[in-house]
Amino acid sequence: MTTLTLYDAVGAALVEEMRHDPRVLVLGEGVATKRHDLVREFGARRVRNTPLAEGIIAGTAVGAAGTGLRPVIDLLFAPFLCYAMDELVNSAGKLRYVSGGQFAFPLVTLAMTGAGWGVGAQHNHNVEAWFVHSPGLKVVMPSCPADAKGLLKAAIRDDNPVMFFLDIGLLYQPGEVPSDGHVVPLGKAAVLREGGDVTLVSYGKTVHHCLQAAETLAAQGIAAEVIDLRSLKPLDEAAILASVTRTGRLIVVHEANRLCGVGAEIAALVAENAFPRLKAPIVRLGGPDAPVASSYPLEQAFVPQPAGIAAAAERLCGYRYA
Amino acid sequence: MNQTQHEVDPRHLLEQMLLIRAYEEAIVAGSTAGTVPGTCTSVGQEAAAVGVVNALGGDDLILTNHRSAGHLLARGADPGRMLAEVMGRSDGYCHGRSGSLHISVRELGVVLTSTIVGAELSLAPGVALSRTMLGQPGIVTCFFGDGAACEGSFHESLNLAALWNLPILYVCENNQWQAFVHRREATSRDRIADWAASYGIPSRTVDGNDVDAVLAAARDAANQVRESGRPYLLETWTYRTRGHFEPDDQAYVDPAEREAWLARDPIAMCRDRLVAAGQLTAAQADELDDKVARRIAAAHAFAAASPFPDASDLSRDVYA
Repeated sequence: MTTLTLYDAVGAALVEEMRHDPRVLVLGEGVATKRHDLVREFGARRVRNTPLAEGIIAGTAVGAAGTGLRPVIDLLFAPFLCYAMDELVNSAGKLRYVSGGQFAFPLVTLAMTGAGWGVGAQHNHNVEAWFVHSPGLKVVMPSCPADAKGLLKAAIRDDNPVMFFLDIGLLYQPGEVPSDGHVVPLGKAAVLREGGDVTLVSYGKTVHHCLQAAETLAAQGIAAEVIDLRSLKPLDEAAILASVTRTGRLIVVHEANRLCGVGAEIAALVAENAFPRLKAPIVRLGGPDAPVASSYPLEQAFVPQPAGIAAAAERLCGYRYA
Repeated sequence: MNQTQHEVDPRHLLEQMLLIRAYEEAIVAGSTAGTVPGTCTSVGQEAAAVGVVNALGGDDLILTNHRSAGHLLARGADPGRMLAEVMGRSDGYCHGRSGSLHISVRELGVVLTSTIVGAELSLAPGVALSRTMLGQPGIVTCFFGDGAACEGSFHESLNLAALWNLPILYVCENNQWQAFVHRREATSRDRIADWAASYGIPSRTVDGNDVDAVLAAARDAANQVRESGRPYLLETWTYRTRGHFEPDDQAYVDPAEREAWLARDPIAMCRDRLVAAGQLTAAQADELDDKVARRIAAAHAFAAASPFPDASDLSRDVYA
C-alpha cells in the first residue's frame, strides 16, 4: 500500500501498463509536459504532446487503436469531448459493428469534470450519460485513488473504447492504493457500507456524500447501504438489484443533471425487476437542468450534498403507501 | 524492389474501370427497380480510383469513404461480396452491417471505412502512427473529397501528419460536388492542393479522368511518401456525373458543365487511346465489356442468393 492522490494513481496505472505492454502510448495536450516521469521512462515516441485539437487527438487514437496500438488520450475537461464526439461515438463506437467485427478499438479517453475548481460550465459538465447511451463505448468514473488505478489498468487492457471520467473534486484527495498488479474489473460495483434499510447508489464524488449521509442516518437508527457503481457501462445490475431486493428502498445520487441521467436508467432497472420488493418510491438526486455556475455556492448547490441525501433517506424510511 | 514500380498492363486498368462502371450501373438499375438500396456512386471518377490504387503496394493501407466502390474493386474486392453487403446479405464483407456506405475489407488493407465526411482524415494519422510505431511496412492512402477538405478534420489531419512526419498519401478526389452543392459555392480556392502548401506538404493536381496520368502522378506521390516518410497531397480533378445519392434527378446540375465532362469520360478516353496505340482491338474491347458484364451478373446472382442475416445477430460485434 502507498498513499497517492487520484491524479498520481492515474500516473501509476499508466506507468505499470506502459511497462506491461509496449503498444500502450499516451497522447494529449500537455501529457508530455506534465508527466515527466513517463517521458523519462518511455520516451517521446510513446508520450506525445499534441495540438489542443480534441477531434484529431481522438481520431488519431481511434485510427491507432484500430490498427494495433493501445492509446490513452487525455482530453482534459469533459465539455471538450464535444469536439471529439464524431471520433468517439461514430468511429470508436461504431466501426467495429459496421465492419462486421473486423476491428477492435482498445482506447481509453480521460476527461475531468465536476465541482471543485469553480471552472464553470464549459469546463465542468458531467456528460457521462451521453456515452452510456452510445453503443460500443464503456464508461467508468472512479471515486477513490485505488479504484482510479485499478480501473484504469483494466480499461487499458480492455479491447473496447473506454470513457474514463475523473472527478475534479477528488483529483488531489489522497488515498491508500495497492501496489503492482491491482486491477479492478470493469462492470463491478463496490458495496462500501452495508445496511438493510435503504440503498444509496452513486459514483464519483457523491459516493463520499452518500457515506457521510449514511453516518448521519446511522445515528438515527437507519442503516444505509452505499454502492459505488465505479463503472456506468457495463452496469453492475446484479449488485444494484441484490441490494434493493433486501432494503426495499433506493436513492440514486449523482452530480450529473438528473434529467436522462444514469440515475434514470437505474430507477427503471429497479422498477422493472424489483417492483414488488419496493417499500417506497424510488428517489433520484442529481443536478438541475442547468449549466454549472462558477460561483462557489452555486457550484456546490448543483451537487447533491450529504444533508439532502440523509433527509431524502429519512423521508423514504417513513414512507407509507396510502 | 520498390513496390510501386511494377508494370501494370493498361488493358488491366481499362478492365477495372469497366468493372466499376458496370457494378455501379447495376446498383443504379437495381435501385430504380427497387431491388437494391440506393448508394452514392462514383460514376465518372473511375480513373481517379484505378490510377491511384494501382500505384500502391500490397502492404499499403487504404482509408476510404462512402463513395468507395472504385477503391474496393481496384484493390481486388469481390463484386459479389460487395453487392451482397449493399443488399444487406450475410455474405457481404461486413455481414450486412455496413450496407454500401462503410465497407471495410481488412484482408485487402481497406480499413476503418467511415461515411462521416472528414472522418477518414481524422483516422489516417493514427493508422500511419501505428504502422510507424509497430515497424510495419507500407504507407497509408487516404481518399476523401473536396467536401471533406472543408471539414476541420482535413486541416487538423494535415497539420498533425506534417508535424509528426507521418507517411500518408492524401488523395483528394475533387469531383466538383459536395453532396448537392457545387464546390465553387463552398471552397475559398479552386484547388484543394493549394491548401497543402500552408502545412509544408507537397501537392499536385492531376487530370483525374486520365488513368495513365493519375497512375504516373500517384506513383510519384507514393514514392515521395515512401522515401521521405512524410505526407503528400494528390488532387485528382474529376467529375461526379451522377447525383449525390441514387436516385437523384440532378435538377441542380448545370447541363453544359456535365456534358463537357461526359465528353471526357475516363473509360472512353482510355479505350480510344489503347485502340489508337494498337494495344487493343475493337473486338478485344467488346470482349472486355462482355467479360465484365458476366462478372457483374454472377455477382448479382451470388448476392441475391445470399441469405439475410438472422435477427439474433443484431447485437453481435458491438463489443470486442
